[in-house]
Amino acid sequence: MATVVEPEQQKAAQPTYHEITRDIAATLGRPSRAYFVLLGFVLSVLAVGAFALLWQVRWGLGVAGYTPPVLWGVYITTFVFWVGIAHSGTLISAILYLFRSAWRTSVYRTAEAMTVFAVLTAGLFPLIHVGRIWYAYWLFPYPNQRQLWVNFKSPLLWDVFAVSTYLTVSTLFLIVGLVPDVAAVREKATGWRRKLYEITSLGWRGTDQQWRHYVRAYLYLAALATPLVLSVHSVVSWDFAMAIVPGWHATIFAPYFVAGAIYSGVAMVVTLLVPLRKVFKVERYITVDHFENLSKLLLLTGMIVAYAYAVEYFMAWYSGNPFERDSFFNRAFGDYWWATWTMITCNGLLPFLLFFRKIRRSIPALFVLSLFVNLGMWFERFVIIVVSLSHEFNPYAMGHYTPSWVEWSILAGSFAWFFLWFLLFAKNFPMVSITEVKEIIPMPRRGRREP
Amino acid sequence: MSAHPGGILAAYQHVDSAAEAIRRLKSQGYNDLIVYTPVPNVEIARAVGHKVSSVRLWTLIGGLLGCASGFALTLWMSYDWPLVVGGKPVGSVIPYVVIAFELTILFGAGATILGLLFNSWRTNQRGAYDGRFTDDQIGVFVPCPVERRPAVEEMLRNSGAVEVRVET
Repeated sequence: MATVVEPEQQKAAQPTYHEITRDIAATLGRPSRAYFVLLGFVLSVLAVGAFALLWQVRWGLGVAGYTPPVLWGVYITTFVFWVGIAHSGTLISAILYLFRSAWRTSVYRTAEAMTVFAVLTAGLFPLIHVGRIWYAYWLFPYPNQRQLWVNFKSPLLWDVFAVSTYLTVSTLFLIVGLVPDVAAVREKATGWRRKLYEITSLGWRGTDQQWRHYVRAYLYLAALATPLVLSVHSVVSWDFAMAIVPGWHATIFAPYFVAGAIYSGVAMVVTLLVPLRKVFKVERYITVDHFENLSKLLLLTGMIVAYAYAVEYFMAWYSGNPFERDSFFNRAFGDYWWATWTMITCNGLLPFLLFFRKIRRSIPALFVLSLFVNLGMWFERFVIIVVSLSHEFNPYAMGHYTPSWVEWSILAGSFAWFFLWFLLFAKNFPMVSITEVKEIIPMPRRGRREP
Repeated sequence: MSAHPGGILAAYQHVDSAAEAIRRLKSQGYNDLIVYTPVPNVEIARAVGHKVSSVRLWTLIGGLLGCASGFALTLWMSYDWPLVVGGKPVGSVIPYVVIAFELTILFGAGATILGLLFNSWRTNQRGAYDGRFTDDQIGVFVPCPVERRPAVEEMLRNSGAVEVRVET
């Protein structure tokens, strides 16, 4: 639990504990018409994605646009994109927690829920990509009739362990954080919601013994989640870096991917928080200061990503390897030049606008910028995966890949799947942590503070 | 019949008043009191005087077990059906570090949750409760026999409680 109170936050008009519970519990009331319209739209897009997936199941992977040598396309691109989105959630909830950063308290729940739903979305794509979804359990080591075990030397299997661990741990972390908050809103809820909160608060009453164990458990979960978040995207990057494909086989990949993941995740947090604070009327808790802090994180990680782009090109030139040089020349000036320049503009150039304080504190500007970063980060993965595979060693084996309508529909469906979970969660559980927001405000005292 | 022992339940607005009352109660031998707070608070925790939670042991044991399981799983499965892949040794420890690392985290986190649940269950405190204690007030429940209730009630009132009531 955060314990440091920042002077800037102390100065601002602080809400009382009761006001915090009341305001955040108010976000869980009866949904508005706009909410149902949004839910209907999301379900419609999800239906399109589900239809495309069923079409692929019926007719096989041939309906995707795969053309040799490009046999990793939109699905793997989108898998890496969603895993990346997940990362800032753990950064904000675990890493900033360990650093006792008080500003995270208002935004961490949104980021953490986003993490869980993003990993939930990402996890679908390797299954969709392998085609026969019903054999997905083959990925796990289990005793089978052929007495064969999985290949633990393959980075693809490391991925299975990393992503499933990440999903489990981030879900546990989200649930543990929710328990005291659910207990707080339990007292104010009525009807079926009260029943739901009575069950999900696990009998929480905030006793001295409960807090004693809870605070420790939360600390250790944060301490475990921190190296986990760094490992997961490193492992995802090794899916590529362990292969000898030009454009992939680089030691820079792990830190490059982790920085990019946090960058895209912070952008998605901004994308989600802007409408959320308006719709749920929580501007008092999610302030412009929070957005400025998020934009500083965006600026930092954006600069690391821009540096990584530059270093990649430098290494391609400096290595003297003709295949590597050709691969990077092809990225910038080949068939997919538009994807590369979209990536460089959105991720490498636009974030430098955040050096201007006015932009860091302008919520509409940040929202637009975050959309560009999301777009740019999807294209980054597309460029790394598709463009590198389309232009390997042998000119006779080079090719061109164009995604089919099935892939685009499943990509759109993945966004709908993500937003569906998010919408359902936001209306039924506190999207701003009641307990942690209270924690940064000192408890009322009658007398002078003890030395 | 009541689900909890009888006693006195007091509600406080101010953390220093509650902490002072707890210290006085402890000095008078009321060691089985229950304190409810909306957020964790160091001053209250010090007044109650608990030792550090043993959840950390669960985390440590879970993590070590996960690490050992990761290496055991990969090495045993590799030698159970020996197959040379990419010219590497059948049991290659370095790539297996990734699996062992992930299982360290997975088992460590799982054990932490089990430790939290087990310890919370083991130290479960049964006493009167009020919904305001998860909102903005601090609650102190003192289980005590009927004959000692008036003295405890007076002490709690004098220490700044905003409400004191007898729970039977």
